This record gives sequence, C-alpha cells and structure tokens, in this order.
Amino acid sequence: MRGSSGRPPTEHSTTPETAVPSPGEEGAAPPRVQVSSAAEERRRARRSRRYRLDVKWSPYAFVMPFFVFFMAFGLFPLLYTGWASLHRVELTAPTDMEWVGLRNFSRLLEDEFFWNALKNTVTIGLISTVPQLLMALGIAHLLNYRLRGSMFFRVAALTPYATSVAAATLVFVLLFGRDYGMINWALGLVGFDNIDWQNGEWTSQLAVSTIVIWRWTGYNALIYLAAMQAIPKDLYESAALDGASRRQQFIHVTIPSLRPTILFTCVVSTIGATQLFGEPLLFNGGAGATGGADHQFQTLGLYLYEQGWVNLHLGRASAIAWAMFLILLVIGAVNWLLARRLSKSA
Amino acid sequence: MFSAKRAGRQFHGGRITYAVLIVFTAGSLFPLVWTAIAASRNSSRLAQTPPPFWFGGNLFKNLEIAWTDANMGAALLNTTIVAGSIATGTVVFSTLAGFAFAKLRFRFKNLLLVLVIGTMMVPPQLSVVPLYMLIAELSWTDQLQSVILPTLVSAFGVFFMRQYLIEALPTELIEAARVDGANSWRVVWHVVFPAARPAMAVLGMLTFVMAWNDFFWPIIALTQNGSPTVQVALTGLGRGYIPDQSVIMAGALLGTLPLLIAFVVFGKHIVGGIMQGAVKG
Repeated sequence: MRGSSGRPPTEHSTTPETAVPSPGEEGAAPPRVQVSSAAEERRRARRSRRYRLDVKWSPYAFVMPFFVFFMAFGLFPLLYTGWASLHRVELTAPTDMEWVGLRNFSRLLEDEFFWNALKNTVTIGLISTVPQLLMALGIAHLLNYRLRGSMFFRVAALTPYATSVAAATLVFVLLFGRDYGMINWALGLVGFDNIDWQNGEWTSQLAVSTIVIWRWTGYNALIYLAAMQAIPKDLYESAALDGASRRQQFIHVTIPSLRPTILFTCVVSTIGATQLFGEPLLFNGGAGATGGADHQFQTLGLYLYEQGWVNLHLGRASAIAWAMFLILLVIGAVNWLLARRLSKSA
Repeated sequence: MFSAKRAGRQFHGGRITYAVLIVFTAGSLFPLVWTAIAASRNSSRLAQTPPPFWFGGNLFKNLEIAWTDANMGAALLNTTIVAGSIATGTVVFSTLAGFAFAKLRFRFKNLLLVLVIGTMMVPPQLSVVPLYMLIAELSWTDQLQSVILPTLVSAFGVFFMRQYLIEALPTELIEAARVDGANSWRVVWHVVFPAARPAMAVLGMLTFVMAWNDFFWPIIALTQNGSPTVQVALTGLGRGYIPDQSVIMAGALLGTLPLLIAFVVFGKHIVGGIMQGAVKG
C-alpha cells in the first residue's frame, strides 16, 4: 500500500511536475507502468477519494477531543451557572429549581459578607501580588548574572511551586502559630510580643499573603528570567557604550523590554488572586469556610464555597461565581487600558 | 571587541548577588525542610519554644500513622491515578490539536483557535455548580473520574504544542510522509509524535504537577471518607481529624515528597519548560 502509487498531495505541493494527470483523477500517479485495468483504475480512484476525505476531515478529528471536553465541562457549565444563578437551588435537591429572576444578585448587593469577601480579596490580592512580582523581578535580574550553580538556584526557586496549597498552608499555620510558632519566636528575639496571626484582621491577611508569595515568587522569577534572556544583547552593548551603568541598564533597557511579560504576569497573578481559595480555607484550622472567626480573611472563592457547600445554596453560589467573572472582566479591561496607555507613552 | 564583550549581559555575579540568592533559596526551601523536622518530632515538642531546628526520632512512626490512620497511602495512589490520567490525556489531545492548528488547513481554523485561547480566561469557579449537579446526577461523587474528566484537556496545552510544532515540525516532513502514502493518522504517529516528544515531556510534567496539587474542584467532588486525593486527605488532617501536629506534618511531607523527588530528578527540564512556555506564551 505504501508507495505503491506515488501520489503527490493535491493541496500542498505547488507544482507536481512529474505527475501526468490521468482522466478523472487530478494529481494521480505517474503512469510508470501502463497496465491500468479497470479494477486498478477503480482502486486508484477510491484511494484518491479516501485521501481527499482524510485531508479534509482529519484536522477536525484532531481538534475534536478538546472541543468535546470543553463543551461538556467548560462551556455548558459556564452557561448553566448563569441559568442557575437566576434560580433558587438547594444542594439537597439540585433538580428542584425555582425561578427567582435577579434576586440572588440583588441579595448579594446588600450582603455584608459579600462586600467583606470582596474587600478581603482585593487587599490580600494586593499585598500578595505586588511584593511577589517586585521580588521576582529582582531575583530574575540576579539569576541573569553568570553564576556558579545557576541551575541549582533555579530549581530551588521553583520547589515551592511544586508544593501543594494544602501542604504549604498546613506548614505555615504551624509557623504562624500564636504561642509556639517559629515566626513569633523569631520576632520575640528582637523584642516583639506574640502576635495572634490568625485572629487579627491585618495579621491574618498578611499571613495568608505570605503563603501565596512563598509559592509563586520563584515561578514568576523564572518567567521574567526567560524574558530577560530573550532581550537582544546589542541593546545592552550600545547602552554600555553610551556609558550606562548596570543599574541604568536595568532601568532603561531591561524593564522596558520586559513590559509585555510584566503585564502578562500581572494579569495571571490577578486572576489567581481573584480565585484565592485553598490558603484561606486551611489557614482557618478547624473552623471551616468562614475565613476566620470574624470572616477576617474570607475571600470570594471561599464565600462561594461556603454558600454552596456549607449553607447548601447553589443558586447563590452561582450568582457569586458570575459576580467574580464580571469583576475579572473589569480588571481585564483596566489592565488592557493601562497597557495601551503605557505603550503610547513609551 | 573587548568592551563589547564586557558590555553584554554576561556580568559575573558578585558577592552580594550570591548572598541575596542564598537567602532567597533558604527561604524557598526552609518550610519544606522544616516540614520534615516537625514530622520527625512529637506534638508535645512542637508545643514548646524555641521550636525544633533539627530532626528527632519519630519520623517513621508519624509517617506510619499518617499512612494508615489518615489513609495517605490510598490517597497517594488515587492522586497518582488522577494526575497520571490527566497528564496523559492532556498531552495526547493537546498534541493532536496543536498539530492541526500549527500545520493543517481547515475551515474556521482561526476562529477555533481564538476560542481555545478564550477558554483560558474562564475561571474554574464558573463551572463548579453545574459540574457538581452533573456528577451528583451521574452518582459520580467520590469517584475518580469526576476529577479526571473535567480536567482532561487544557487550552494552555493546545496553545503550547501549537507554538512548539510551528517551528519544530518541518512541513516538508509531513509532505514527504504523505507522498509516501501515509494517511493523517500515520503522519501523526510516525512524524508528529516523534518531533513533538520534547515538548510533550515538558507539558506532561507541568500538567502532572498541576493536577497533583489541584484543590478547588477535588475538595468539592471528593470526600475524605471516600476516595480522596492527597490534597483532600490533607484537608481532613488539617481540620483536626487527627489533632497531632507532627502527624499532620508527616502527611504534608508524604503529599509533597513524590513531586520533590521528581524535581530533584527532572528539575532542569521542568525549569526549561516553564521558561520556554513563558517566552512563547
């Protein structure tokens, strides 16, 4: 079968010089041996038809698994969440849906816990993302020097990324312990009183942010490092010829060249911060999804979980999900506008 | 010549560079090392100040309690099945789709590609409620397919493979195989998969790490008493299922160790993969 008739591909090859088209079959085999019985002719026609069908349809077969799974587990749930948010649905009887229109949404607007969770999400997002990205930028700059053991530093920087939210948070709960935690012990050495990290508003948010910063700084540093290594060397060379110091090169060459990457990490980190869930859930010790005794570190993701799977209100959980989506879209639009202004002013 | 060489980025790191990097590395590794230290002590030692800084003698006892009482052994097996299936599915389906988007011609190609990229923006929270209803309807609660199937394909994977194959797979190679009479599936098997192998390995590792650590959906779909993944089992530990802190740390250690070992072995490739994905993504 293979190579029995050398068919030049009909669509891809530009000039099939060797092929002499035989009737009824464009781009068929060169008539090397002319024993084309009727059966042979038919077989060739069949093969050529099969070939054209193959070229036409197999691309769809290749992309189909992705779209089938995406429709079933991505697009359909997305739309259905919108539908469910307009209903009263309880977890105990998810098939009994009672139409309530926009009530779930209007209820959210006057729900102090929703606003509290939104505020916490923004605060924790800021105090985790901003230091994280700044540190990552600095570390990436250092990793970009010629170093002994540079691969060791890179792999070590990435190990927190391999640690799960659950494992990392459990460790940090111990480290941030009020009475015997290592952080209070270390602070005690320099004269601070024990801090109740879990129950304070600011302290608990700072502690939750620390877990996020620990897990993601190295990852972001490697992304910046990759972008730094893609900056053409002659930019630095001409800057150096103009007498720019290392620091000036960093500010005037590295940072501007990194602008798209920085924007990319900002967007990704913002999306991640909006969905923050595991850290506040487990930082709570045994107390469940409230995010602390006074909801002091309850995030939107956690509030959604509490409404849906602790209080069993799936309709309200859906409304929170859509609210989160809308917030993300707004953030995305702001990011985009900022990026446009930045690139205009450059 | 000399000055141009010096002007490039290849400055040697100075002492301060090393000092800062060593501090940063220590900060990255310390919580992990301390997990092991705490797991080797007992809970009364952990409730004393100063906290322990070196290993004690209880490591194997604590690991055993976590392994049997908290079912970490079963959880590790479940997580391996879940992460392995998701990584395999993602790699195969992403390579197929990535190949089609990189090298084949078909109608609606650009539209479909935009759709793929657009799906990366949709947060997982938007789908949990209907997904939960779906698996409840199918009586799939606590069964591993309820966490495998929804994560089996990834838009990032498709995009990653497409970017890789555009350059790594010469179109002439595909044409040559076609001229030899290979149909599309043979082309995939004999030409695309071999050419894509490095990127497939990287994507497989990244997906495995992500699936291993996934938290939000597994904790909704699986329970601690059914067939939990490691992350769900750890949640049970943290909620005072077993109140002994050193056993909790032993569990955390068990859940992290397999990936840490993988990092020691494949660290270079994982780092390379993330950096490669970063430049192209």
